[in-house]
Amino acid sequence: MNDVIAEIRKDYIYGLAKKSERADGRALDEYRPIQVEVGLIGKAEGSARVKIGNTQVLVGVKMQPGEPFADSPETGVIITNVELVPLASPSFEPGPPNENAIELARVVDRGVRESGAIDLSKLNLPDGKVWLIFIDVHVLDHDGNLIDASALGALAALINAKMPSERYGYGPDTTLPINEYPIAVTAVDLDGEIMLDPSLDEETIASSRLTVISGLKGTLAGMQKSGTGTLSIEEITRIVKLASSKAMQIRDDLFGGSTDG
Amino acid sequence: MEFFKNGKRIDDRFPNELRPIKFDVGVLERADGSCYVEHGGNKVIAAVYGPRAVHPRHLQEANRAIIRYRYNMASFSVEERKRPGPDRRSIEISKVSREAIDPVIIKEFFPRSTIDVFVEILQADAGTRSAGINAASVALADAGVPMRGLISSCAVGKVDDTVVLDLFKEEDNYGQADMPIAMDVRTGEVTLLQMDGHLTLEEFEQALELGKTGCATIAEMQREALIQKYQGEENE
Repeated sequence: MNDVIAEIRKDYIYGLAKKSERADGRALDEYRPIQVEVGLIGKAEGSARVKIGNTQVLVGVKMQPGEPFADSPETGVIITNVELVPLASPSFEPGPPNENAIELARVVDRGVRESGAIDLSKLNLPDGKVWLIFIDVHVLDHDGNLIDASALGALAALINAKMPSERYGYGPDTTLPINEYPIAVTAVDLDGEIMLDPSLDEETIASSRLTVISGLKGTLAGMQKSGTGTLSIEEITRIVKLASSKAMQIRDDLFGGSTDG
Repeated sequence: MEFFKNGKRIDDRFPNELRPIKFDVGVLERADGSCYVEHGGNKVIAAVYGPRAVHPRHLQEANRAIIRYRYNMASFSVEERKRPGPDRRSIEISKVSREAIDPVIIKEFFPRSTIDVFVEILQADAGTRSAGINAASVALADAGVPMRGLISSCAVGKVDDTVVLDLFKEEDNYGQADMPIAMDVRTGEVTLLQMDGHLTLEEFEQALELGKTGCATIAEMQREALIQKYQGEENE
């Protein structure tokens, strides 16, 4: 995201990084305050608004019965989309999703899918149809680290969601079969200092970032390096370990006891 | 599904063995640089045009060249016909592949210009983005684009709880994890890293190591292919 940042600010942030400090006073591995509210959109089957600092995304989950894929007839379908709407940033423009929106959507999608967050085998319906689950991420305010906010929003909205069985004549509404709690943790490397939850400034001046999505037992479910910078094997290994333990902490803080089952 | 027999994989490879790979440099007449790669069942061709003028002009940068990368799958490259044109998958692959080769290109030499990389997947058998990046990297060198190094790429995955190098289609479809990686082997800088599936931290570290050795082997082949071509021209 090509937000212009003054050279002087770049020097300032790098200068701080050298002292293991950040412009907003956070510790290197510290997230901005995370807030999750669920169920704000009554018309959606599930919804969540996530704020990480000033970054804000709204995720809506809609569900409807539909045809399964031919090669997996009993399995539910997940479709993820991200809208980088122009109200969220001066650098977003109207129009069809660009490569950043598509990448973001696909990383969020892979996190939900590959971690097995939803037991898709339980989404078949008696008439041969299956539930189609649409996860739509609406970015409202882009102040850095959209991936973590979007992934968290998707998970919270899915947990919050109720399958609208009654509306389609399949009996009473029920919640989704949630099996995993994938959490995305994104890091940037500024001059050898690894920072989690990069702010917009940090994200803009770091030439690359790495997102690590991990599950309940710390196992990795997805990863994505993004940007034109490079990372060494050592940096990658450090980030992955750090991200996996940070994810545990975030999961415990937000979902606490509900992850035990 | 059985992935191993007597310690070997379905296609008779050891867990740490790459598929047969072949590089052919300078296969296209009109392109400034080109490379054809066969990597197991993958058949991939890459062409480089540029540095040349940027159209549309508002995309140009005053102090450096821009890099454009188009990964495109032929409709006949897969079992079930692929609808022609870019889909969400190929847009994402184009983005990460461009970011994979970008760091080694010395863009400052060519202000206000573009270097266009076109990768066509003629036949797909898992690992097409890696094969494309390997071909693109050689095609860039063939075009004479100044680079700090060659980028080499391969995938590592997990099947039957075993970390293996360079998945082919069956392993990719039914395996437990897939992790493409690209790097400049000489400096050890990783320029592409993606993963989906299930890996423990130990498996991940193992996979990263294995990927590194795979990339090193491919880097040697790329170098060899370029030497071959230009030695050949000298002798003619």
